[in-house]
Amino acid sequence: MSHSPAGNPAPGMSPAPPAVKAVGLHVTRGHKKILRGLDFAMEPGRITGLLGPSGSGKTTLMRCIVGVQRLTDGTIEVLGRPAGTPSLRHDVGYVTQAPSVYTDLSVEANVRYFGAMHGVSAADTAEAIAAVGLEALARQKTADLSGGEFSRVSLACALVSHPKLLILDEPTVGLDPVLRAELWERFAAMAESGTTLLVSSHVMEEASHCSSLLLLRDGLLLAQLSPAELSERGHSNDLEKAFLHIIQETSATSNRRSANESQVAS
Amino acid sequence: MNPRMMFATTRRVLEQLRHDHRSVALIMVVPALLLTGVYYLFENETLPPGFPRTFDRVGLMMLAIFPFVVMFLVTSITMLRERTSGTLERLLTTPIHKADLLFGYALAFSIMAALQSLVATAVAYWIFNLDIKGGPGYVVMIAVINAVLGVALGLLCSAFARTEFQAVQFMPVVVIPQILLCGLFVARDHMNGLLEGISNVLPLTFSVDALQQIAGNAEATQAMWQDAGIMAAIVVGVLVLASFTLRRRTS
Repeated sequence: MSHSPAGNPAPGMSPAPPAVKAVGLHVTRGHKKILRGLDFAMEPGRITGLLGPSGSGKTTLMRCIVGVQRLTDGTIEVLGRPAGTPSLRHDVGYVTQAPSVYTDLSVEANVRYFGAMHGVSAADTAEAIAAVGLEALARQKTADLSGGEFSRVSLACALVSHPKLLILDEPTVGLDPVLRAELWERFAAMAESGTTLLVSSHVMEEASHCSSLLLLRDGLLLAQLSPAELSERGHSNDLEKAFLHIIQETSATSNRRSANESQVAS
Repeated sequence: MNPRMMFATTRRVLEQLRHDHRSVALIMVVPALLLTGVYYLFENETLPPGFPRTFDRVGLMMLAIFPFVVMFLVTSITMLRERTSGTLERLLTTPIHKADLLFGYALAFSIMAALQSLVATAVAYWIFNLDIKGGPGYVVMIAVINAVLGVALGLLCSAFARTEFQAVQFMPVVVIPQILLCGLFVARDHMNGLLEGISNVLPLTFSVDALQQIAGNAEATQAMWQDAGIMAAIVVGVLVLASFTLRRRTS
Protein backbone atom coordinates (compact mmCIF):
# COMPACT_ATOMS: atom_id res chain seq x y z
CA MET A 1 0.00 0.00 0.00
CA SER A 2 1.38 3.37 -0.93
CA HIS A 3 1.13 6.37 1.33
CA SER A 4 0.45 9.66 -0.32
CA PRO A 5 1.46 12.63 1.77
CA ALA A 6 -1.46 14.44 3.35
CA GLY A 7 -2.75 17.31 1.28
CA ASN A 8 -1.73 15.74 -2.02
CA PRO A 9 -4.44 13.14 -2.56
CA ALA A 10 -3.87 10.58 -5.28
CA PRO A 11 -5.95 11.14 -8.43
CA GLY A 12 -9.41 9.71 -8.10
CA MET A 13 -9.48 10.09 -4.31
CA SER A 14 -11.70 12.73 -2.79
CA PRO A 15 -9.66 15.71 -1.55
CA ALA A 16 -8.54 15.51 2.07
CA PRO A 17 -10.95 17.16 4.52
CA PRO A 18 -9.82 20.63 5.63
CA ALA A 19 -7.55 20.86 8.69
CA VAL A 20 -9.48 23.91 9.90
CA LYS A 21 -12.93 24.99 8.81
CA ALA A 22 -14.61 28.15 10.11
CA VAL A 23 -18.21 29.08 9.41
CA GLY A 24 -19.69 32.47 10.34
CA LEU A 25 -17.10 33.03 13.06
CA HIS A 26 -17.90 36.01 15.32
CA VAL A 27 -16.04 37.10 18.44
CA THR A 28 -17.09 40.12 20.48
CA ARG A 29 -15.13 41.27 23.51
CA GLY A 30 -17.09 43.76 25.59
CA HIS A 31 -18.62 46.03 22.96
CA LYS A 32 -15.76 45.57 20.55
CA LYS A 33 -16.31 43.30 17.56
CA ILE A 34 -12.99 41.51 17.08
CA LEU A 35 -14.01 39.00 14.41
CA ARG A 36 -17.02 39.79 12.22
CA GLY A 37 -18.10 36.67 10.37
CA LEU A 38 -15.20 34.65 9.00
CA ASP A 39 -15.65 31.73 6.61
CA PHE A 40 -12.63 29.82 5.43
CA ALA A 41 -11.02 26.40 5.19
CA MET A 42 -7.37 25.48 5.59
CA GLU A 43 -5.86 22.73 3.48
CA PRO A 44 -3.99 20.06 5.45
CA GLY A 45 -0.23 19.63 5.01
CA ARG A 46 0.26 23.21 3.90
CA ILE A 47 1.53 26.47 5.32
CA THR A 48 -1.23 29.03 5.56
CA GLY A 49 -0.18 32.61 6.24
CA LEU A 50 -2.40 34.83 8.36
CA LEU A 51 -1.64 38.39 7.39
CA GLY A 52 -3.01 41.70 8.43
CA PRO A 53 -2.15 44.88 10.32
CA SER A 54 -1.90 44.72 14.09
CA GLY A 55 -5.32 44.84 15.71
CA SER A 56 -6.95 43.06 12.78
CA GLY A 57 -7.87 40.01 14.88
CA LYS A 58 -5.05 37.60 13.97
CA THR A 59 -4.34 36.49 17.53
CA THR A 60 -8.04 36.14 18.39
CA LEU A 61 -8.56 33.95 15.33
CA MET A 62 -5.61 31.77 16.38
CA ARG A 63 -7.03 31.50 19.90
CA CYS A 64 -10.34 30.33 18.37
CA ILE A 65 -8.56 27.55 16.49
CA VAL A 66 -6.64 26.46 19.59
CA GLY A 67 -9.92 26.44 21.49
CA VAL A 68 -9.12 28.94 24.26
CA GLN A 69 -11.34 31.72 22.91
CA ARG A 70 -15.06 31.86 23.71
CA LEU A 71 -16.99 32.27 20.44
CA THR A 72 -19.87 34.74 20.14
CA ASP A 73 -21.30 33.02 17.10
CA GLY A 74 -20.39 30.54 14.39
CA THR A 75 -18.46 27.28 14.44
CA ILE A 76 -14.88 26.25 13.97
CA GLU A 77 -13.76 22.71 13.29
CA VAL A 78 -10.18 21.52 13.73
CA LEU A 79 -9.06 18.18 12.27
CA GLY A 80 -12.73 17.23 11.98
CA ARG A 81 -13.62 18.00 15.63
CA PRO A 82 -15.00 21.19 17.20
CA ALA A 83 -12.13 23.45 18.33
CA GLY A 84 -11.33 22.93 22.01
CA THR A 85 -12.29 19.24 22.08
CA PRO A 86 -10.06 17.57 24.73
CA SER A 87 -8.68 14.99 22.29
CA LEU A 88 -7.35 17.87 20.13
CA ARG A 89 -4.94 18.93 22.88
CA HIS A 90 -2.55 16.20 21.71
CA ASP A 91 -2.74 17.29 18.09
CA VAL A 92 -2.60 21.09 18.18
CA GLY A 93 0.53 23.06 19.09
CA TYR A 94 0.30 26.76 19.88
CA VAL A 95 3.12 29.28 20.13
CA THR A 96 1.92 32.59 21.49
CA GLN A 97 3.33 35.90 20.34
CA ALA A 98 5.00 36.67 23.68
CA PRO A 99 7.16 33.63 24.46
CA SER A 100 5.37 31.72 27.22
CA VAL A 101 8.06 29.64 28.90
CA TYR A 102 9.48 29.46 32.41
CA THR A 103 12.29 32.00 32.49
CA ASP A 104 13.81 30.50 35.64
CA LEU A 105 14.27 27.08 34.03
CA SER A 106 16.88 25.87 31.57
CA VAL A 107 15.98 25.45 27.89
CA GLU A 108 16.04 21.68 28.34
CA ALA A 109 13.83 21.73 31.46
CA ASN A 110 11.23 23.85 29.66
CA VAL A 111 11.07 21.58 26.63
CA ARG A 112 11.10 18.47 28.82
CA TYR A 113 8.19 19.76 30.91
CA PHE A 114 5.93 20.58 27.95
CA GLY A 115 6.99 17.27 26.37
CA ALA A 116 5.93 15.41 29.52
CA MET A 117 2.34 16.50 28.84
CA HIS A 118 2.47 14.37 25.70
CA GLY A 119 4.57 11.53 27.11
CA VAL A 120 7.51 12.11 24.77
CA SER A 121 10.99 10.61 25.18
CA ALA A 122 14.29 12.31 26.02
CA ALA A 123 15.24 11.92 22.36
CA ASP A 124 12.20 13.95 21.32
CA THR A 125 13.26 16.70 23.73
CA ALA A 126 16.77 16.79 22.27
CA GLU A 127 15.35 16.76 18.73
CA ALA A 128 13.06 19.72 19.41
CA ILE A 129 15.94 21.72 20.89
CA ALA A 130 18.12 20.88 17.89
CA ALA A 131 15.31 21.87 15.53
CA VAL A 132 15.48 25.45 16.76
CA GLY A 133 19.28 25.44 16.88
CA LEU A 134 19.69 25.74 20.63
CA GLU A 135 21.68 22.52 21.36
CA ALA A 136 24.64 24.53 22.62
CA LEU A 137 22.45 26.48 25.03
CA ALA A 138 20.32 23.57 26.28
CA ARG A 139 21.53 23.92 29.88
CA GLN A 140 21.34 27.70 29.97
CA LYS A 141 18.71 29.41 32.05
CA THR A 142 16.07 30.79 29.68
CA ALA A 143 16.17 34.23 31.31
CA ASP A 144 19.83 34.61 30.25
CA LEU A 145 19.10 34.12 26.55
CA SER A 146 18.73 36.83 23.90
CA GLY A 147 15.28 37.80 22.64
CA GLY A 148 15.52 35.67 19.51
CA GLU A 149 16.80 32.63 21.40
CA PHE A 150 14.05 33.09 23.97
CA SER A 151 11.28 32.91 21.37
CA ARG A 152 12.89 29.80 19.87
CA VAL A 153 12.59 28.07 23.26
CA SER A 154 8.87 28.74 23.09
CA LEU A 155 8.79 27.22 19.60
CA ALA A 156 10.71 24.14 20.74
CA CYS A 157 8.14 23.60 23.51
CA ALA A 158 5.47 23.28 20.79
CA LEU A 159 7.56 21.19 18.37
CA VAL A 160 8.34 18.59 21.03
CA SER A 161 4.87 17.03 20.83
CA HIS A 162 4.94 16.64 17.01
CA PRO A 163 1.54 18.34 16.57
CA LYS A 164 -0.56 17.68 13.48
CA LEU A 165 -1.57 21.34 13.45
CA LEU A 166 0.86 24.02 14.52
CA ILE A 167 -0.37 27.55 15.21
CA LEU A 168 2.42 30.13 15.29
CA ASP A 169 1.74 33.73 16.28
CA GLU A 170 4.44 35.92 14.72
CA PRO A 171 7.23 33.37 15.21
CA THR A 172 9.85 35.29 13.24
CA VAL A 173 9.61 38.66 15.01
CA GLY A 174 13.00 39.79 16.26
CA LEU A 175 14.95 37.08 14.44
CA ASP A 176 17.87 37.86 12.17
CA PRO A 177 17.45 37.15 8.43
CA VAL A 178 19.58 33.97 8.49
CA LEU A 179 17.54 32.42 11.30
CA ARG A 180 14.30 33.53 9.73
CA ALA A 181 15.24 31.75 6.50
CA GLU A 182 16.19 28.63 8.48
CA LEU A 183 12.87 28.61 10.30
CA TRP A 184 10.89 28.94 7.09
CA GLU A 185 12.86 26.00 5.67
CA ARG A 186 11.93 23.99 8.75
CA PHE A 187 8.26 24.96 8.43
CA ALA A 188 8.33 23.88 4.78
CA ALA A 189 9.88 20.53 5.75
CA MET A 190 7.20 20.03 8.38
CA ALA A 191 4.45 20.76 5.88
CA GLU A 192 6.11 18.32 3.50
CA SER A 193 5.80 15.57 6.10
CA GLY A 194 2.10 16.30 6.63
CA THR A 195 1.95 18.95 9.38
CA THR A 196 -0.51 21.78 8.83
CA LEU A 197 0.82 25.19 9.80
CA LEU A 198 -0.85 28.52 10.36
CA VAL A 199 1.69 31.31 10.66
CA SER A 200 0.73 34.89 11.37
CA SER A 201 2.88 37.81 10.40
CA HIS A 202 2.60 41.45 9.64
CA VAL A 203 5.70 41.33 7.45
CA MET A 204 4.32 40.86 3.96
CA GLU A 205 7.56 39.59 2.46
CA GLU A 206 7.09 36.39 4.47
CA ALA A 207 3.86 35.71 2.60
CA SER A 208 5.84 34.20 -0.28
CA HIS A 209 6.73 31.20 1.92
CA CYS A 210 3.07 30.24 2.33
CA SER A 211 0.94 28.26 -0.08
CA SER A 212 -2.22 30.05 0.95
CA LEU A 213 -2.87 33.43 2.56
CA LEU A 214 -5.68 34.69 4.74
CA LEU A 215 -5.81 38.49 4.55
CA LEU A 216 -7.47 39.89 7.64
CA ARG A 217 -8.46 43.48 8.32
CA ASP A 218 -10.70 44.88 11.07
CA GLY A 219 -12.03 41.41 11.86
CA LEU A 220 -13.05 40.71 8.28
CA LEU A 221 -11.49 38.30 5.81
CA LEU A 222 -10.52 40.40 2.80
CA ALA A 223 -9.40 37.45 0.73
CA GLN A 224 -8.02 33.93 0.77
CA LEU A 225 -5.56 33.45 -2.05
CA SER A 226 -2.09 32.25 -3.00
CA PRO A 227 0.90 34.64 -3.06
CA ALA A 228 0.80 34.61 -6.88
CA GLU A 229 -2.87 35.54 -6.87
CA LEU A 230 -2.13 38.27 -4.35
CA SER A 231 0.47 39.94 -6.58
CA GLU A 232 -1.85 39.58 -9.57
CA ARG A 233 -4.90 41.04 -7.82
CA GLY A 234 -2.82 43.76 -6.17
CA HIS A 235 -1.05 44.60 -9.45
CA SER A 236 2.41 44.40 -7.87
CA ASN A 237 5.17 41.86 -7.35
CA ASP A 238 5.85 43.61 -4.07
CA LEU A 239 3.42 41.74 -1.80
CA GLU A 240 3.28 44.66 0.62
CA LYS A 241 2.12 47.00 -2.15
CA ALA A 242 -0.27 44.36 -3.45
CA PHE A 243 -1.82 43.99 0.00
CA LEU A 244 -2.19 47.78 0.37
CA HIS A 245 -3.81 47.91 -3.06
CA ILE A 246 -6.37 45.27 -2.09
CA ILE A 247 -7.12 47.15 1.13
CA GLN A 248 -7.72 50.38 -0.80
CA GLU A 249 -9.84 48.53 -3.32
CA THR A 250 -12.05 46.89 -0.69
CA SER A 251 -12.41 50.01 1.44
CA ALA A 252 -13.36 51.95 -1.70
CA THR A 253 -16.05 49.36 -2.48
CA SER A 254 -17.37 49.34 1.05
CA ASN A 255 -17.41 53.17 1.10
CA ARG A 256 -19.35 53.21 -2.15
CA ARG A 257 -21.72 50.61 -0.77
CA SER A 258 -22.34 52.56 2.43
CA ALA A 259 -22.75 55.74 0.37
CA ASN A 260 -25.36 53.97 -1.75
CA GLU A 261 -27.10 52.68 1.35
CA SER A 262 -27.31 56.16 2.84
CA GLN A 263 -28.75 57.45 -0.46
CA VAL A 264 -31.40 54.75 -0.34
CA ALA A 265 -32.18 55.66 3.23
CA SER A 266 -32.65 59.37 2.49
CA MET B 1 -5.67 12.59 36.85
CA ASN B 2 -2.41 11.51 35.34
CA PRO B 3 0.53 10.80 37.70
CA ARG B 4 3.11 11.44 34.96
CA MET B 5 1.88 14.98 34.39
CA MET B 6 1.49 15.61 38.12
CA PHE B 7 5.04 14.48 38.93
CA ALA B 8 6.40 16.42 35.94
CA THR B 9 4.75 19.52 37.42
CA THR B 10 6.18 18.81 40.88
CA ARG B 11 9.62 18.36 39.39
CA ARG B 12 9.30 21.56 37.37
CA VAL B 13 8.20 23.65 40.38
CA LEU B 14 11.06 22.26 42.52
CA GLU B 15 13.53 22.92 39.70
CA GLN B 16 12.33 26.52 39.50
CA LEU B 17 12.88 26.88 43.25
CA ARG B 18 16.29 25.23 43.06
CA HIS B 19 17.53 27.99 40.76
CA ASP B 20 16.38 30.53 43.33
CA HIS B 21 18.91 30.04 46.14
CA ARG B 22 17.74 33.03 48.10
CA SER B 23 14.15 31.82 48.35
CA VAL B 24 15.30 28.36 49.39
CA ALA B 25 17.44 29.91 52.11
CA LEU B 26 14.55 32.06 53.29
CA ILE B 27 12.19 29.08 53.41
CA MET B 28 14.67 26.92 55.34
CA VAL B 29 16.31 29.36 57.73
CA VAL B 30 13.82 32.11 58.58
CA PRO B 31 11.38 30.00 60.65
CA ALA B 32 14.27 28.63 62.74
CA LEU B 33 15.61 32.17 63.29
CA LEU B 34 12.20 33.50 64.29
CA LEU B 35 11.78 30.60 66.68
CA THR B 36 15.09 31.56 68.25
CA GLY B 37 13.72 35.08 68.64
CA VAL B 38 10.59 33.77 70.35
CA TYR B 39 12.73 31.72 72.74
CA TYR B 40 14.80 34.71 73.86
CA LEU B 41 11.68 36.86 74.08
CA PHE B 42 10.45 34.69 76.95
CA GLU B 43 13.90 33.90 78.31
CA ASN B 44 13.56 35.93 81.51
CA GLU B 45 10.01 35.04 82.48
CA THR B 46 9.67 33.96 86.10
CA LEU B 47 7.56 30.86 86.57
CA PRO B 48 6.34 29.04 89.66
CA PRO B 49 8.02 25.62 89.82
CA GLY B 50 6.34 22.96 87.67
CA PHE B 51 4.59 25.58 85.52
CA PRO B 52 5.16 25.13 81.72
CA ARG B 53 7.24 27.75 79.91
CA THR B 54 5.41 30.13 77.54
CA PHE B 55 7.88 28.99 74.84
CA ASP B 56 6.49 25.46 75.06
CA ARG B 57 3.06 26.80 74.15
CA VAL B 58 3.88 29.65 71.73
CA GLY B 59 6.93 28.04 70.12
CA LEU B 60 4.92 24.93 69.36
CA MET B 61 2.17 26.90 67.64
CA MET B 62 4.78 28.86 65.70
CA LEU B 63 5.98 25.55 64.23
CA ALA B 64 2.58 25.19 62.55
CA ILE B 65 2.00 28.84 61.66
CA PHE B 66 5.32 29.49 59.83
CA PRO B 67 4.82 26.94 57.06
CA PHE B 68 1.27 28.18 56.57
CA VAL B 69 2.34 31.81 56.09
CA VAL B 70 5.45 31.12 54.02
CA MET B 71 3.76 28.66 51.68
CA PHE B 72 0.78 30.96 51.21
CA LEU B 73 3.08 33.75 50.04
CA VAL B 74 5.36 31.60 47.89
CA THR B 75 2.45 29.85 46.19
CA SER B 76 0.29 32.89 45.51
CA ILE B 77 3.21 34.71 43.85
CA THR B 78 4.38 31.67 41.86
CA MET B 79 0.87 30.92 40.62
CA LEU B 80 0.21 34.55 39.79
CA ARG B 81 3.37 34.58 37.68
CA GLU B 82 2.13 31.46 35.94
CA ARG B 83 -1.18 33.20 35.19
CA THR B 84 0.34 36.46 33.95
CA SER B 85 3.28 35.07 31.94
CA GLY B 86 1.02 33.07 29.62
CA THR B 87 2.47 29.72 30.69
CA LEU B 88 -0.79 28.76 32.40
CA GLU B 89 -2.83 29.41 29.27
CA ARG B 90 -0.28 27.47 27.26
CA LEU B 91 -0.34 24.56 29.71
CA LEU B 92 -4.12 24.42 29.52
CA THR B 93 -3.90 23.93 25.74
CA THR B 94 -1.97 20.70 26.44
CA PRO B 95 -3.57 17.48 27.71
CA ILE B 96 -2.71 18.31 31.36
CA HIS B 97 -5.64 18.00 33.75
CA LYS B 98 -6.28 20.85 36.17
CA ALA B 99 -5.92 18.43 39.08
CA ASP B 100 -2.47 17.37 37.83
CA LEU B 101 -1.37 20.99 37.91
CA LEU B 102 -2.85 21.82 41.33
CA PHE B 103 -1.75 18.62 43.05
CA GLY B 104 1.64 18.90 41.36
CA TYR B 105 2.03 22.32 42.96
CA ALA B 106 0.68 21.09 46.30
CA LEU B 107 3.12 18.16 46.32
CA ALA B 108 6.15 20.30 45.43
CA PHE B 109 5.48 22.82 48.17
CA SER B 110 4.61 20.11 50.70
CA ILE B 111 8.07 18.67 50.15
CA MET B 112 9.55 22.12 50.83
CA ALA B 113 7.29 22.50 53.86
CA ALA B 114 8.33 19.13 55.26
CA LEU B 115 12.01 20.13 54.98
CA GLN B 116 11.26 23.51 56.52
CA SER B 117 9.39 22.08 59.50
CA LEU B 118 12.06 19.41 60.02
CA VAL B 119 14.63 22.19 60.46
CA ALA B 120 12.37 24.29 62.69
CA THR B 121 11.21 21.32 64.79
CA ALA B 122 14.79 20.08 65.22
CA VAL B 123 15.83 23.54 66.47
CA ALA B 124 12.88 23.67 68.87
CA TYR B 125 13.57 20.20 70.28
CA TRP B 126 17.35 19.97 70.40
CA ILE B 127 18.46 23.56 70.94
CA PHE B 128 15.62 24.96 73.02
CA ASN B 129 14.42 21.68 74.61
CA LEU B 130 10.79 22.14 73.63
CA ASP B 131 8.93 20.28 76.35
CA ILE B 132 5.73 18.59 75.16
CA LYS B 133 4.33 15.13 75.82
CA GLY B 134 3.67 14.02 72.21
CA GLY B 135 6.20 13.00 69.56
CA PRO B 136 7.90 15.40 67.13
CA GLY B 137 6.72 13.30 64.17
CA TYR B 138 3.14 14.41 64.80
CA VAL B 139 4.24 18.04 65.05
CA VAL B 140 5.89 17.79 61.63
CA MET B 141 2.77 16.11 60.22
CA ILE B 142 0.51 18.95 61.39
CA ALA B 143 3.04 21.50 60.08
CA VAL B 144 2.96 19.86 56.64
CA ILE B 145 -0.86 19.79 56.55
CA ASN B 146 -0.76 23.49 57.44
CA ALA B 147 1.71 24.18 54.66
CA VAL B 148 -0.55 22.46 52.15
CA LEU B 149 -3.41 24.59 53.46
CA GLY B 150 -1.24 27.66 52.74
CA VAL B 151 -0.54 26.30 49.24
CA ALA B 152 -4.24 25.69 48.55
CA LEU B 153 -5.31 29.14 49.76
CA GLY B 154 -2.44 30.73 47.80
CA LEU B 155 -3.52 28.97 44.60
CA LEU B 156 -7.07 30.18 45.13
CA CYS B 157 -6.19 33.78 46.07
CA SER B 158 -3.85 34.19 43.07
CA ALA B 159 -6.97 34.14 40.90
CA PHE B 160 -8.20 37.37 42.48
CA ALA B 161 -4.98 39.33 42.12
CA ARG B 162 -3.78 40.94 38.92
CA THR B 163 -0.35 41.96 40.15
CA GLU B 164 2.15 40.60 42.64
CA PHE B 165 1.53 43.67 44.76
CA GLN B 166 -2.14 42.75 45.07
CA ALA B 167 -1.27 39.14 45.79
CA VAL B 168 0.80 40.18 48.80
CA GLN B 169 -2.14 42.26 50.06
CA PHE B 170 -4.14 39.08 50.49
CA MET B 171 -1.97 38.13 53.43
CA PRO B 172 -3.59 40.58 55.89
CA VAL B 173 -7.00 39.45 54.66
CA VAL B 174 -6.56 35.70 54.63
CA VAL B 175 -3.68 34.89 56.96
CA ILE B 176 -3.63 37.40 59.82
CA PRO B 177 -7.25 36.90 61.03
CA GLN B 178 -6.51 33.19 61.32
CA ILE B 179 -3.38 33.86 63.39
CA LEU B 180 -5.27 36.29 65.66
CA LEU B 181 -8.19 33.94 66.25
CA CYS B 182 -6.49 30.53 66.33
CA GLY B 183 -5.95 30.58 70.10
CA LEU B 184 -2.37 31.82 70.08
CA PHE B 185 -3.08 35.18 71.74
CA VAL B 186 -6.27 34.47 73.66
CA ALA B 187 -7.65 31.05 74.53
CA ARG B 188 -10.62 30.50 72.28
CA ASP B 189 -13.11 29.84 75.10
CA HIS B 190 -12.29 33.31 76.49
CA MET B 191 -13.32 35.07 73.24
CA ASN B 192 -16.70 36.72 72.81
CA GLY B 193 -19.37 34.70 71.03
CA LEU B 194 -18.91 36.26 67.59
CA LEU B 195 -15.12 35.92 67.52
CA GLU B 196 -15.30 32.38 68.88
CA GLY B 197 -17.86 31.53 66.21
CA ILE B 198 -15.55 32.83 63.46
CA SER B 199 -12.59 31.08 65.08
CA ASN B 200 -14.51 27.79 65.05
CA VAL B 201 -14.63 27.70 61.25
CA LEU B 202 -11.13 28.97 60.42
CA PRO B 203 -8.80 26.18 59.26
CA LEU B 204 -5.79 27.27 61.33
CA THR B 205 -7.86 26.79 64.51
CA PHE B 206 -7.97 23.05 63.92
CA SER B 207 -4.22 22.77 63.60
CA VAL B 208 -3.63 24.72 66.83
CA ASP B 209 -6.15 22.43 68.53
CA ALA B 210 -4.33 19.41 67.14
CA LEU B 211 -0.99 20.74 68.44
CA GLN B 212 -2.50 21.24 71.90
CA GLN B 213 -3.61 17.60 71.78
CA ILE B 214 -0.06 16.57 70.88
CA ALA B 215 1.39 18.77 73.65
CA GLY B 216 -0.90 17.30 76.30
CA ASN B 217 -0.82 13.59 75.45
CA ALA B 218 2.01 11.14 74.95
CA GLU B 219 -0.08 9.09 72.50
CA ALA B 220 -1.96 10.40 69.47
CA THR B 221 -5.53 11.17 70.52
CA GLN B 222 -8.67 10.70 68.53
CA ALA B 223 -9.31 14.47 68.75
CA MET B 224 -5.96 15.09 67.03
CA TRP B 225 -6.78 12.73 64.17
CA GLN B 226 -10.17 14.37 63.87
CA ASP B 227 -8.58 17.83 63.61
CA ALA B 228 -6.09 16.56 61.02
CA GLY B 229 -8.94 14.96 59.05
CA ILE B 230 -10.97 18.18 59.03
CA MET B 231 -7.89 20.14 57.87
CA ALA B 232 -7.29 17.67 55.05
CA ALA B 233 -10.93 17.97 53.99
CA ILE B 234 -10.65 21.79 53.97
CA VAL B 235 -7.47 21.56 51.86
CA VAL B 236 -9.20 19.38 49.27
CA GLY B 237 -12.21 21.73 49.26
CA VAL B 238 -10.03 24.80 48.68
CA LEU B 239 -8.10 23.00 45.91
CA VAL B 240 -11.38 22.15 44.19
CA LEU B 241 -12.41 25.82 44.43
CA ALA B 242 -9.01 26.80 43.02
CA SER B 243 -9.53 24.45 40.08
CA PHE B 244 -12.63 26.45 39.11
CA THR B 245 -10.43 29.52 38.69
CA LEU B 246 -8.36 27.76 36.02
CA ARG B 247 -10.23 28.32 32.79
CA ARG B 248 -9.30 26.73 29.52
CA ARG B 249 -11.54 29.04 27.52
CA THR B 250 -11.74 32.78 28.13
CA SER B 251 -13.44 35.65 26.37
